[in-house]
Amino acid sequence: MSDYTLSHLNQLEAEAIFILRETAAQFENPGLLFSAGKDSIVMAHLARKAFYPARIPFPLVHVDTGHNFPETIAFRDAYAEKIGARLHIGLVQDSIDRGTAVEETGANASRNKLQTVTLLETIEEQQYDAVLGGGRRDEEKARAKERFFSHRNDFGEWDPKNQRPELWNLFNGRKQSGEHFRVFPLSNFTEMDVWMYMHREGIDLPSLYYAHEREVVIRNGVILAVSEFVQPRDGETVEVKKIRFRTMGDATITGAVESDADTMERIIEEVAAARQTERGNRADDKRSETAMEDRKKEGYF
Amino acid sequence: MDLLRFTTAGSVDDGKSTLIGRLLYDSKSIFEDQLEAIEESSRKKGDENVNLALLTDGLKAEREQGITIDVAYRYFATPKRKFIIADTPGHIQYTRNMVTGASTANLAIILIDARKGVIEQTKRHSFIANLLRIKHVVVAVNKMDLVDYSQEVYDGIVADYQSFASRLDNLVDITPIPISALNGDNIVEKSENMPWFEGSSLLYHLENVYVGGDENHVQARFPVQWVIRPQSDKFHDFRGFAGRVAGGVFRPGDEITVLPSGFGTRVKKIFHDGREMEEAFAPQSITMTLEDEIDISRGDMLVKANNPPDQGQNLEAMICWFSNQNLNPRAKFIIRQTTRETKAIVQNVSYKVDINTLRKEEDVASFTLNEIGRISLRTAAPLFYDSYNDNRHTGSFILIDPGTNETVAAGMLL
Repeated sequence: MSDYTLSHLNQLEAEAIFILRETAAQFENPGLLFSAGKDSIVMAHLARKAFYPARIPFPLVHVDTGHNFPETIAFRDAYAEKIGARLHIGLVQDSIDRGTAVEETGANASRNKLQTVTLLETIEEQQYDAVLGGGRRDEEKARAKERFFSHRNDFGEWDPKNQRPELWNLFNGRKQSGEHFRVFPLSNFTEMDVWMYMHREGIDLPSLYYAHEREVVIRNGVILAVSEFVQPRDGETVEVKKIRFRTMGDATITGAVESDADTMERIIEEVAAARQTERGNRADDKRSETAMEDRKKEGYF
Repeated sequence: MDLLRFTTAGSVDDGKSTLIGRLLYDSKSIFEDQLEAIEESSRKKGDENVNLALLTDGLKAEREQGITIDVAYRYFATPKRKFIIADTPGHIQYTRNMVTGASTANLAIILIDARKGVIEQTKRHSFIANLLRIKHVVVAVNKMDLVDYSQEVYDGIVADYQSFASRLDNLVDITPIPISALNGDNIVEKSENMPWFEGSSLLYHLENVYVGGDENHVQARFPVQWVIRPQSDKFHDFRGFAGRVAGGVFRPGDEITVLPSGFGTRVKKIFHDGREMEEAFAPQSITMTLEDEIDISRGDMLVKANNPPDQGQNLEAMICWFSNQNLNPRAKFIIRQTTRETKAIVQNVSYKVDINTLRKEEDVASFTLNEIGRISLRTAAPLFYDSYNDNRHTGSFILIDPGTNETVAAGMLL
């Protein structure tokens, strides 16, 4: 006999599925941001559950900086094919070629900020009226304040001081034409919840999340994998370390952690013992104290 | 492991941020880089101590002004439970945030400064907790270190609170705890400074308070959210009704009625993720198939035939007004209740409540920002509902201004 209580993972799952269905019902043309990072994989997994046995009623959308690890891109393509979803790719390079985005210069140049331009162009071009993102409130302090249904004006901007109140299970996705919503079904998941959920569900991840040996350089205290996009500079030495990635971003800014965790169980142990946040290795968040809020106001993920 | 959602309310100086910082810190939910970042910010601002409030005050404007503007959600877990804190600011102009945070909470922590005792704000928070039907309240009498850990002071405050709260019927479980958030007294461990206190520490209470009975598992309610039609060869005839159970328990074979059509049928199967389930209950998100082909769409409600909800177009409700524009009693609104949406007009304002004195003011025609009161509504199409006191999911609604698309009010049906 059930006592009619749900475990915390089941509650989070039920909430995320509700949000995904609500997005399908309230919007005409939503897209699901899919970077092949763990959060977007979990979101896509939940979307499959929400609409089973039908296919998910939105395309996967990837904003590709062109600076991704090949493992990420291979995973992305295989995943879209496996679930029978359309995949739309917005290329940062196209925005640069069009002149709407300008490549950063200087020592710590990255294409992170340019993603906002490409994302907004993709939304406009594809006429998405809602974009589902895998953002979580525990990730960053500005995100802790964001709604499940987060309004964007016709410039794609977020106004954090003037957000719609969200009560009970009642989500207000009404908007003027030209405006859109960002929707975050995983808002209440923590990093630990995501790992525990992936473990329970047996979700496959790109190999980069598991410990492996790789050539790296250490730059500003961040371990960066040597790749086509990251080459050692003067004074930097290439070392081989056993590492894994806690988040999956642009190869030029996503730092790795030294780790022996090569299975999900071992990663969960590591996450439980971690003393640094997962974004602690993200150079994009370190630019200023309110780097995330500043980028989000402009229309970042 | 289960989940407890709680809300904290307090004013600038009563130690709310310190309490949250303490819970996060002691449960090892604050990371080194976060701590370093706020140490650095505190140093830049010239603060003497590390300002734990900076952990929750995430927005630039909040950090500049040293105030909390918006509800912030915080997470921590112990081996027993996962916790979601809706941290809401306590200023009077932010009633809307307290209402928002309270709407999804199982429990409220109401902070009282031991030097000040029960003040207007305490009453305001308690009134909102009661209005939003939070059954479990912890009255945390904070800063006990500043009153020499005096049992007499504590007992006096608790007696004052209980005499006031006896008027608030929904607060069925009130637990007072004397604490010092700053020093950690009675937060995680029982404090040696207050051997006279026989209750448990705050964290122990949060870990063990029983909230399983907060959902309604009697009156079966299933608002249809989305119709699943796969249009594939394999599932050619599949028509599934997707949604989140809002009350009661559904099982295959149950006789149900479809609202508003009134047609009767039986539940054929219940699915979650392609697996058949023996039963479904609130707040599970599931998909149901039915024995008969009946026209059903989003906004309809499936209920057990022998236990229907109220239905009608003339409704009585308590609302909290959220907009800077005063309520225009002749205006039309969009009302959203469960997955249903229709138009509504406010027919009458019965009274508003002065939330500082809890007195009713009659002869009012409108509401201004953050005011709470009772109204009569008429809707264009009937709603299927329960009293908010019986079911939070089917008894709640929001009003949307069709011109601006803003959510202008939250309501609880009587």
